[in-house]
Amino acid sequence: MSEKPSGKPYIPCEEVVTFLWAYVAGELPAEKTSEFERHLAVCPSCVAYLDSYRKTIELSRESFQPGSCEPDGEMPEDLIQAVLAARRGA
Amino acid sequence: MEPSLAGGEDQALLAELRAGSEAAFARLLREHGGRMLAVARRLVRDEEDARDAVQEAFVSAFRSLDRFEGGSRIATWLHRIVVNCCLMRLRSRRRRPEESIEDLLPRFLEDGHQIPPAVDWSEPVDALLQRQEICALVRASIDRLPESFRTVLVLRDIEELSTNEAAGLLGITENALKIRLHRARQALRTLLDPHLRGAAR
Repeated sequence: MSEKPSGKPYIPCEEVVTFLWAYVAGELPAEKTSEFERHLAVCPSCVAYLDSYRKTIELSRESFQPGSCEPDGEMPEDLIQAVLAARRGA
Repeated sequence: MEPSLAGGEDQALLAELRAGSEAAFARLLREHGGRMLAVARRLVRDEEDARDAVQEAFVSAFRSLDRFEGGSRIATWLHRIVVNCCLMRLRSRRRRPEESIEDLLPRFLEDGHQIPPAVDWSEPVDALLQRQEICALVRASIDRLPESFRTVLVLRDIEELSTNEAAGLLGITENALKIRLHRARQALRTLLDPHLRGAAR
């Protein structure tokens, strides 16, 4: 594999940010992945964006785990009774 | 999610359910109802709608017991039925014109640079989650997303459905789903950014 050391233009931030989902999911072709990484090596803004994007995904998941904020709790008794009654009628 | 019933116990419960045991059905409700109600609240948000969706889901699950093949856990099977009932409810709800997501998406200069440049969120997620207000902030921010984007984010990043499953339930292509999810995450990131940017406290 020959690496072009210089001359090849960097892909723009817009391309990195627009296709970040594919980069994060590991769905980019190898050649694109290395273009992304070449860009990330020189662009603090995209590095910050990538990191905060990943944290956003993690925060979504973690904020709804049982025990975070409020627990899932139990099903209210009146709803249990309503479902049992609906089942009898079903 | 804790596995509440092992495979063998699932099978025993299933046999009782199929035999029409009301006690077994009540056990199913007590065992899984709380978590299913939480799922419904995340998706439809309105408390009455969430309760209705859960009721509908359990009755529908009861009716389709014969079609449950035991290939998945009861919890997973119920989860999918609840999600489906919630989506049908969202679809039938009178739709308000949806807010545009454009204002929450990143902007770029003509040369492709992001404007303004992104700033580091230096605090690690573990540390953020130690702060009680963060969880509430994330939940409230998700609630601010336009409905069709919020739904996709909840299905994929919270309920952890696969791209294929979520796209199927919403009747859109996998590619459309991936792009909608990306925009939803970007918009959520924008909403969280003012609170999380900069140095750790």
